[in-house]
Amino acid sequence: MKLVTGDRAIRFIATIFASVILALIVLIVYELLKGSVPSIHKFGLKFLVTSTWDPVSEHFGALPFVFGTIVSSVIALVIALPVSIGIAVFLSELAPRPVRPAVSLMVELLAAIPSIIYGLWGLFVMVPFLQMYVEPALGRYFGFLPLFSGAPIGVGMLAGGIILSIMIIPTIAAVSRDIFNTVPMLYKEAGFALGMTRWEVIEKIVFPHARSGLIGAVMLGFGRALGETMAVTMVIGNAPTIAASLFAPSYTIASVLANEFTEATTKLYLSSLIELALILFVISMLFNAVARLLVIRERTAK
Amino acid sequence: MSSLSYLRRRAINGLMLVLSYGSALLGVAMLLLILLYTVGRGAAAINWDFFVRLPRPPGETGGGIANAIVGSFIVVGVASAMAIPVGIMAGIYLSEFGRGRFASVVRYFADVLNGIPSIVAGIVAYAIVVLPMHGFSAFSGGVALAILMLPIITRTSEELLKTVPGTIREAALALGIPQWKVTIFVVLRTALTGIITGVMLAVARVGGETAPLLFTAFNNSFLSLRLDQPISTMTVLIYNYASSPYRDWNEIAWGAAFVLIAIVLIVNVVSKLFTKTKYAL
Repeated sequence: MKLVTGDRAIRFIATIFASVILALIVLIVYELLKGSVPSIHKFGLKFLVTSTWDPVSEHFGALPFVFGTIVSSVIALVIALPVSIGIAVFLSELAPRPVRPAVSLMVELLAAIPSIIYGLWGLFVMVPFLQMYVEPALGRYFGFLPLFSGAPIGVGMLAGGIILSIMIIPTIAAVSRDIFNTVPMLYKEAGFALGMTRWEVIEKIVFPHARSGLIGAVMLGFGRALGETMAVTMVIGNAPTIAASLFAPSYTIASVLANEFTEATTKLYLSSLIELALILFVISMLFNAVARLLVIRERTAK
Repeated sequence: MSSLSYLRRRAINGLMLVLSYGSALLGVAMLLLILLYTVGRGAAAINWDFFVRLPRPPGETGGGIANAIVGSFIVVGVASAMAIPVGIMAGIYLSEFGRGRFASVVRYFADVLNGIPSIVAGIVAYAIVVLPMHGFSAFSGGVALAILMLPIITRTSEELLKTVPGTIREAALALGIPQWKVTIFVVLRTALTGIITGVMLAVARVGGETAPLLFTAFNNSFLSLRLDQPISTMTVLIYNYASSPYRDWNEIAWGAAFVLIAIVLIVNVVSKLFTKTKYAL
């Protein structure tokens, strides 16, 4: 085929613009590294294991924030995973045809609601509800566990985990649904022909077939939860403490960035915050990168 | 087969299916709970002044969020101006030219970029725009949102361009039309409705972002149209007013949330009713 000038031009321009994406990733990594240098220089690896966060005397450690970020995301995952899988099973295996698009749309809309609105709702509706009913009840019956000890103040780790779980349900549910849909009908029919119940087909044929994709979906949801900012900031209490109780306030990396970035007046303070951002970026990138690989492999294997 | 184990299997089956139906119900209920509450409480704060007036100090009644509505549109507009052309061209590359390793690397990293915490985009915009310009600005907010928008638009455009049947490309090429014209006037043209929908979804999504704007676009109590000055946006206003101790301001936050959620939902529902575009996850 003869290539005219226009062909070369459009291919060239398109390639350049596609490279912008790679350049952007490099730029993000470069800027975060560059900004972290003073902090890395000052604190070294100790930054990761120090739990002091004192802007006045300029002692900074990431531990409470790393703890808060990971624990709140784990709580979110523990709540969201069964519900999301339930929704995905419903959408791919159980729902009558006419109901499917409507429920699918609603679940996808849950993903479209801005984070700030989850935060607003969490702060004014969910937190008072937790404080008045849920936390006192948990304290009364399970108060002997350190997990549910302490005063019910509403805002805290539990509130953060719950709001995050609502936000990652649509992600995990939608990806899992797509993966369940790739399981060949023939396999499922074979299961039914052997006299399996519907659940046995789902458990013994659909789940194993979708396994690596499901792991990907879960990691994708987890990655989302790690980096989520506004909703968590509004309900988690924002105190850099490491407590065993779910009722205690906590702090995530994203929240401390949101709250303190504009207040960081000294170079070291700002640099410590940027190093926190770097840590967040690296953790969520890892989850995302592996998750994408697993989901892509699952989708293209069929 | 003993009937006992059969009954047990039936019971487990029933239980698990009920749990699955229950999960779906819970998901739908959460959506309705959040939506109806926001609409109900927000609608009470809405009136004509809300859209055309500036915020008043706490204690004084009345006032509106005109500055934030205008600001949100400006910041999102700046982001769109940067991300839409680049994103669509990158999508064209991936769909029409990208065959080799480079294309799959770009595609993969676009997906990975799609998953970066939005606050990180804010920090990057802070480093590359706010620091050199010595101040918060509407432009830096636009840059932060553009970083978030680019991967979504790229991947959506690619998916939609790929749905254009190969036979249409071949028919056009067989007529002797050069490839670049086929790409722009046939392939892109065919997929255009879908791409516009995808772009609208991306716009709605970044329009709801708050975290990246906190230290880029920052905040402004007055109406500003300048790109080099701090600017108020609806999302940051909701955050500030929700965290304030004043009840009037809390209600204004709900009003702004109502406006925001209405825009986001209308764009989402309309685009889903008219096309089969999936929300970029």
